Amino acid sequence: MNPVLSVRDLSTHFHTRDGLVRAVDGVSFDVGEAETLGIVGESGSGKSVTALSILKLIDQPPGEFGPNSRVEFEGKNVLQLRGEELRQIRGAGIAMIFQEPAASLNPVLTVGYQIVETLRAHNRMSRSDAWKRAVELLDTVGISDAGRRSKDYPHQLSGGMLQRVMIAIALSCQPKVLIADEPTTALDVTIQAQIVDLLIALKAQFGMSIIFITHDLGVLARIADRVAVMYGGRIVEQGPVKDIYATPAHPYTKGLLKAVPRVDRRPEPLVGIPGTVPSAAHWPTGCRFHPRCAERLDRCTDETPHRFTIDTNHSAHCWLHESKT
Amino acid sequence: MNTANTILTIDHLVKTYKDGGGLFRKPRIIHAVNDVSLRLDRGESLALVGESGSGKTTLGRCLLRLVEPTSGHVTFDGTDVLALRGGTLRRFRRRMQIVFQDPSGSLNPRMRVGPAVREPLEVHSIAKGDAAKRAVHALFDEVGLHPGLYDRYPHELSGGQKQRVGLARALSVQPDFLVLDEPVSALDVSVQAQVLNLLESLRKKRGLTYLFIAHDLAVVRQIADRVAVMYLGRIVEQGPAEQIYSSPRHPYTEALLSAAPIPDPTVESRRITLEGDLPSPTDLPPGCAFASRCPHPRKDATCRSTVPELIELKPDHHTACHHAS
Repeated sequence: MNPVLSVRDLSTHFHTRDGLVRAVDGVSFDVGEAETLGIVGESGSGKSVTALSILKLIDQPPGEFGPNSRVEFEGKNVLQLRGEELRQIRGAGIAMIFQEPAASLNPVLTVGYQIVETLRAHNRMSRSDAWKRAVELLDTVGISDAGRRSKDYPHQLSGGMLQRVMIAIALSCQPKVLIADEPTTALDVTIQAQIVDLLIALKAQFGMSIIFITHDLGVLARIADRVAVMYGGRIVEQGPVKDIYATPAHPYTKGLLKAVPRVDRRPEPLVGIPGTVPSAAHWPTGCRFHPRCAERLDRCTDETPHRFTIDTNHSAHCWLHESKT
Repeated sequence: MNTANTILTIDHLVKTYKDGGGLFRKPRIIHAVNDVSLRLDRGESLALVGESGSGKTTLGRCLLRLVEPTSGHVTFDGTDVLALRGGTLRRFRRRMQIVFQDPSGSLNPRMRVGPAVREPLEVHSIAKGDAAKRAVHALFDEVGLHPGLYDRYPHELSGGQKQRVGLARALSVQPDFLVLDEPVSALDVSVQAQVLNLLESLRKKRGLTYLFIAHDLAVVRQIADRVAVMYLGRIVEQGPAEQIYSSPRHPYTEALLSAAPIPDPTVESRRITLEGDLPSPTDLPPGCAFASRCPHPRKDATCRSTVPELIELKPDHHTACHHAS
């Protein structure tokens, strides 16, 4: 597999009044061509900061990337780029959509205008051609009566429609990679299903890769080809989606799967993971999951687990798998 | 129907809001809750499910008179709730409490959590001084909070801990009935399971009755004895939880269940896709409110002209659809 995007040893730290916050701490993964990588984690696990770091959307200061951190895209390290070069990658190479579409759109401009603006920022295009293209894009993302809707302001559209507009803007420059950060979390379940279907269809149509960030294991199962599980600013396990759900290797992944209630089965008692999600200002030592882990070994309290191979493309950062490798 | 075991009866409850209006425009009427009737038995857990804007939260607040209903009747254990005034209303609230979705928004940020749980004890003259302090410690123990957290402020607690504080505060006055408004939606998966298990054990131990308001159907299946599905202010289906999940009769319930994501990539989804968004509650269609999105093959002119009544198709299982069988 030739990766479209490679993240290597990504560390994103923030200098705050409360000290150094190590939000992301040594994360590595690849995204293949036309592949959907799902990044799953709970609040504070570092998944959104990972997404923002890929586009260098981190203010420095207070943010700071580790000296060895690399985001390789089209032969360049995005983290080293500035100015025009960076602007060309943002939007045209890698696009991003967010959880709150209403907060990402300008309330005083029509949605059509905001697509036109993006098109003309990256392409030499006449105003009228750009409008034509904008209406086509709105149609592609399933907005009916796109010509009329393009003249609407964001407050005239529902949350689901706004997310479709965001997707249209993201697609406008035909990016190779689309980063979707919890794009369905703020939506109702029937609308959420529509947006997930739309992303799956668009991926097939445009052949782009998607990084889909979520906390929802149900949505993840539907959309992801491969999954990376994050905890405490690190990836603790990654592998093909079927392996992650059928044979999870890390105790955290196992715990998460046992904690989710299922709509399609008679209820069985849920098993929660004891304790609370740690904060990035005070990570536990060693394996960051050790205070909540049922299978903890002595060494877990002070030795950071290495990455161990479980199966083809499936790995876990957990000492339990050392002997098996 | 009105057995000795019934604790709460809701009859034809209506809540409307006026929207806007001005010098040259008549105000529009929003039907938030539209002719809802329900009955809850002592010790049971009834889940009210629906998407945003369905009126489930407004209904919950009407029961406690946090919102004044426009018309209808609410009877709690023989008392006409809507007739209560002043001191009698305040005393009545001891028996019926509410826990909100956002634990940060419902706790006073400048009050330590121990005193926050103690306050209702003193307001309702249940305990004072040392006795009150002992009662708070017992409550902390009951909801799984470490006694060392007594003097902490809400911002020092995690989401799960704050929700436990909210629960302890609601339980402090020894209510019979709890309205739980999305009590676990803001929590991480691993913590959500802990709180759901806690709610279940408290209900058994204290013989509580729950009105559980939620949009997550998987969570609801875990906790509900009976389910009522709301759409645009009306109940469209209600019945025993297992029947609703295994053989839903209303096309909206079917669509909602089929849209709920399943955390298993090997499960083929047989999804019923709903087109479009919820109609606006200001101009409700004259017939069935769901008709504009309904995928039922036998949808006809009756659906668009006549509001369907809730009909008992199976014992205790009611459906409001002209074509349900």
